[in-house]
Order: sequence, then C-alpha cells, then structure tokens
Amino acid sequence: MDGFIQQLLNGLMTGSLYALVALGYTMVYGILRIINFAHGDVLMIGALVGLSVIRLVQATWPALPPVLVLLCATVVAMAFCAVLAVVIERVAYRRLRHAPRLAPLISGIGVSLLLQTIAMLVWTRNPQMFPQLLPLEPIEVLAGGSAHPAITNVTALTTIAIALSVMVTLLVLVERTRFGRAMRAVAENPQVASLMGISPNRVIVITFAIGGALAALAGIMMASNYGSAHFYMGFLPGIKAFTAAVLGGIGNLKGAMLGGLLLGLIEALGTGYLGAATNGVFGSNYQDVFAFIVLIAVLVFRPSGLLGERLATRA
Amino acid sequence: MIQSLSPNKRASFGLLLFAVALVLAPWIVGHAGGNTWVRTLDFALLYIMLALGLNIVVGYAGLLDMGFIAFYAVGAYLAALMSSPHLLQQFPALAALLPAGMHTSIWLILPLGALVAAGCGVVLGAPTLRLRGDYLAIVTLGFGEIIRILLRNLDRPVNITNGPKGIAQVDPVNLLGVNLARTQELFGLRLPSVYLYYYLFAALVVLILFACIRLERSRIGRAWVAIREDEEAAQAMGVNTVRLKLLAFAIGAAFGGVSGALFASFQGFVSPESFTLNESIAVLAMVVLGGMGHIPGVILGCVLLAALPEALRASMGPLQQALFGQVLVDPEIIRQLFYGLALILAMLYRPAGLWPKGVAR
Repeated sequence: MDGFIQQLLNGLMTGSLYALVALGYTMVYGILRIINFAHGDVLMIGALVGLSVIRLVQATWPALPPVLVLLCATVVAMAFCAVLAVVIERVAYRRLRHAPRLAPLISGIGVSLLLQTIAMLVWTRNPQMFPQLLPLEPIEVLAGGSAHPAITNVTALTTIAIALSVMVTLLVLVERTRFGRAMRAVAENPQVASLMGISPNRVIVITFAIGGALAALAGIMMASNYGSAHFYMGFLPGIKAFTAAVLGGIGNLKGAMLGGLLLGLIEALGTGYLGAATNGVFGSNYQDVFAFIVLIAVLVFRPSGLLGERLATRA
Repeated sequence: MIQSLSPNKRASFGLLLFAVALVLAPWIVGHAGGNTWVRTLDFALLYIMLALGLNIVVGYAGLLDMGFIAFYAVGAYLAALMSSPHLLQQFPALAALLPAGMHTSIWLILPLGALVAAGCGVVLGAPTLRLRGDYLAIVTLGFGEIIRILLRNLDRPVNITNGPKGIAQVDPVNLLGVNLARTQELFGLRLPSVYLYYYLFAALVVLILFACIRLERSRIGRAWVAIREDEEAAQAMGVNTVRLKLLAFAIGAAFGGVSGALFASFQGFVSPESFTLNESIAVLAMVVLGGMGHIPGVILGCVLLAALPEALRASMGPLQQALFGQVLVDPEIIRQLFYGLALILAMLYRPAGLWPKGVAR
C-alpha cells in the first residue's frame, strides 16, 4: 500500500487535470446553463492531435529537444481544440439556446458520439502510445527515514505546476481585465450586458475557445502521464470534471479549481485507504464509483456546491 | 378515404394494421432475409419494450434518464442468477437445498424482474427528485455506470455476478412445456426458435403497449405531462410531483426489467459489457428520434434503429468492397457516426422526432 504522501501527490496530479477540464464546464454552464456533454471528448481530440503533431515533428526534425517537441504539440493542440470548441458551439448549441433543456443536452451527446467516431477513424480504435517526452526518472519525495518514500516524476510535477499557473492566469483574466468583466457580466445577465455594449455572442465564443484550449492542455498532460491516448479517454475525465465543477459550485471559477483538486484527492486517498482496509477487494477498480458517489452526495446534500453557484438568469 | 374517418376509427384502423403487421412480420422478414433477420426482429422487440419504458420516464414525465440500461441489467442478471447453475456452483449450501438445480419458471422470473427493477427505479429516482434536467441526466448516467462497475466487480469477496466473465448457461424459456430454444411443430407449422421467441416477445410488447396507452390517457398520464411542461404549475394544481416522478421511474424501470429478463433467457448468457452507456444512449436515441412521448413514433424509432446495424453490415461491407476493393470503415463505426449525426440534426431541425404527436400519417 502506498503511503499518504504518495496518494496525496497522485491526487494532486489527477486533481489538477480535473480542475482544468472543470473550468471549461463551469464557464459554459455559468453563461448558457447547458452541460457541454462534448467537453470530455474535446480533451481526447486534443491529446490525439498532440500525438500526431509529436509524430510529425519528430519525423521532420529529429534533433529537436523533446521538451520543445512537447511544447509545440501542446500549442498546436490547444489552438486546434479552441477552434473545435467554437465550431461545436456554432453548430450544435447556438440554435438551441432557447430550446427546452433536453435539446442541447441530446445535441451534445450527438457531438460526443461524432467526435469519438472521428477519432476512431483517424487514429484507429487501438490505444496509441503517447511518447513521454519529459524525464522519467523517479524522484523521491521526503525520503527522510521512511522505508517506502513517495515516488513521483518530472511529468507529474510539471502537470501540477502548469495547471496551477494556468488557473491563476485565468483567475487574473476574469477578475482583473476588461474582458473578464464582460464575461462576468454576460454570466450574470446576458440581456443587460448587451445593453451595456457587450456582445454576448462574442463572449460566449471566446469562453468556449478558452474551455477547449484548457481541455486540450489537460488531454496532453493526461496522455503524457499515462503514456497512452485512445478514442474513449475523454469520457470518464469529462464526467469527473463535471462532478468537480458541481462540487465546487457550478458557474464559480474558484469553485471549479477547488472542486477539481478536492475530487482528485478524494479519489486517490479514498481508493488507497479503502483498498487497504478491505485487503484489496474494494480498491482501485471502484475508483470511478467514488466520483459518482461524490456527485450524488453533493447534489443531495449541498446542491449549490462548496463555494456556491454563480449562474446566469435566463429569460 | 382514411382521412374521412373519425380520429377514433382512424386509431382503431392503425391498431389493426399494427396487429396484422406484428403477426406476419417474422414470416415476411424470414423469407426475405432468413433467420438472422428474424433474430434482429426479436432484438427490435426487446428494444421496443425498453424504449416504451424510457418513453414513460423521458417522453411523458420529461425526466432525462441516461442510465436506463441499468434496469435492463438488473432484470437480466436476476433472470440469469435464478435460472443458471452459477449460484449453485458458488454456494454449495444452496446446491444441497436444490438438488434438481436452479431452474425458475419464466412465470416467476418476469414478475420478479419487474418488481426488483421497479424497486431499483425508486431507489435511483429518490435522490434525484429535486434535480434540474441536466443534473438529472448526469446523475442517472452515474447510476448506470455504478451498476455496470458493480456487476463487473462483484466477484469478490463473494462471487455473485461472476465479474467480467458473466453468467452463462442461462435456461431458455420453457413455456407450458414447450422449450423455446428448439424448433417446434405447432399448429402444423415448423417454427424455429427465433420465431417462437418472436411471438413471446410480441405478446409482452402488446401487454406493455396496452399499459402505456391506458396510462397515457389516465389522470396519471396527464399529471406526468403537466410535470414535464411546468413542474411548479403542476404542483400549484395539486399534482403530487414526488409520488408521480417516482411512479414514472418505477414503471419505466419495471418494463426495462422485464425486457432484461427476457433478454437473458433468449441469449443464454449475460455479461456486464452488454449494459454500457452506449446502450443507454441507443435506447434514448430511439425514443428521441422516433418521437418523444408518442408511442407509434417510439416504435418506429426502435424498428429503424434496431434494424440499422444489421442493415449497415449487410450493405456497407459489400458496397465498400465494390468501391474500394476492401472494407475501409467498419460498419460499427458507420453506425456510431450515423447516431451522432442523427441526434444533432434531429435536435436542430426536428426536435419532436420523426413521428411526433399530432401528425396524421
């Protein structure tokens, strides 16, 4: 059984990823009141596009340092997914803004299926090996006198660092800039915001773009950490990220970040200790159940989430 | 000529046509395509039962349930556990009690399956009563996944579901001494097993249809529609939304459970991989694309979408061979592509479905 520090580190890593994806869900839900069911699959497309870019770059310029290759792939994937998210909004959601609530949800399911199918066609159904371009040597954490020190590596630490810096940047964007004010205004009341000279459509499009880029970043980091990418990899992270967004308070950016980190920690510590307590019977194979149980518990006992909701008032 | 009849007469004519089609379908399809197509019809009937159940939850009461396949799974596993040697192999004490083996009659399995599934429906529905549409969808999706993960992992500490290996050797249906898994000679006709099962399923579809139509035209049905359209107004009118939502879940789940029990006996084998999210989405697609809340639409949606995989397999393979010399794209992928596009296009251009209520056909 892994120690507390190990589970903590694992949890922080997965939690950072959940937080990045949760931001996309929470921003869209805050403004449009719809769950972007396709968001998890945007993550998947980001990872696979990044993979293709890596393969292309490594074939064309083999002498390039791996970190640069990864950077290149990340930038391209983020740009691609930003555009993809905008296209999804335009095609699947824009006409349904005033439709009954079931319609955008079902449309989102359709987009999700479509993205998975396209991924199956382009990158085949088999899991693709994702090259680990950051150093893989294990780093011992707090070795001290412990017999089983926690082990991590540069990839995981980079993931946590990048995710945290991105989240801080986004917070600064939303709280301190003019555009951030526009986003908050549209999230509060789109009609009045338009009276104030803000174009809600423009804000919505940029919101989707940011969400898509963040999902791509999370996808590439996830693929780097686990060494593989495949067409179904977006489903569970998508659901868990939504859970994280709800846990923190839907529509609330800080809530999404907190919810993501918290969910990652709950999952890691929970399965670790439950597994130890039941001698491996109820262990990591029930890991996904944790997220769902958290979701149900939050919705039953504290539906507004830990930090409270911030939703647009729909006409 | 048909238009000149009153609506009631038109409905009766439609029902008559449907009854005739139901009785003759396997013969027509069997002659055209052979036994594989009749088997597809059998599965279509199972899907119709499922979709009618989901129609009550989604179409009438407006509760988007994305984990509906869980009730199908519950019914199937119950039937499998009660009519296969699995439990006796796991628990020798039980085997000593039942030396003749675990063979429960279908007459007991079906009502029990319905009851247990209805119970699950209530349990799943209870925490979700206050949830908005989108949250409800994700929570029910979560429940569906929890059930699937449970089924896949309940082989430790006590082996109940046999994990990913599933439960095999499930008894076929034995009706009044007639074993439906064998070709039988009845009324002078040679009926292969798929035909026998077809008529069994058809009989149950008729029962479920009857229940649905009666429910639709009752106070309960009207209350459901009221809840779907505006829950607060319904409450203001004295509708007990809690009880009615739970009732919708329970009845929908019961139909799902019945369908699942029949599926287990038909296939002779159950495994957790038959009950994935994709199946839930497939049933949802049948209801949504066919016509939410409109029974003929739902049946149409089922028939089209259940026949689709087989049709694609039969056509896309040879077509691609002819055009490209090899099969470039697996028909399964084409099917999923079709589903995705169909759902998006339907919501954009025809949100009420192919055959919505009020369209005279």
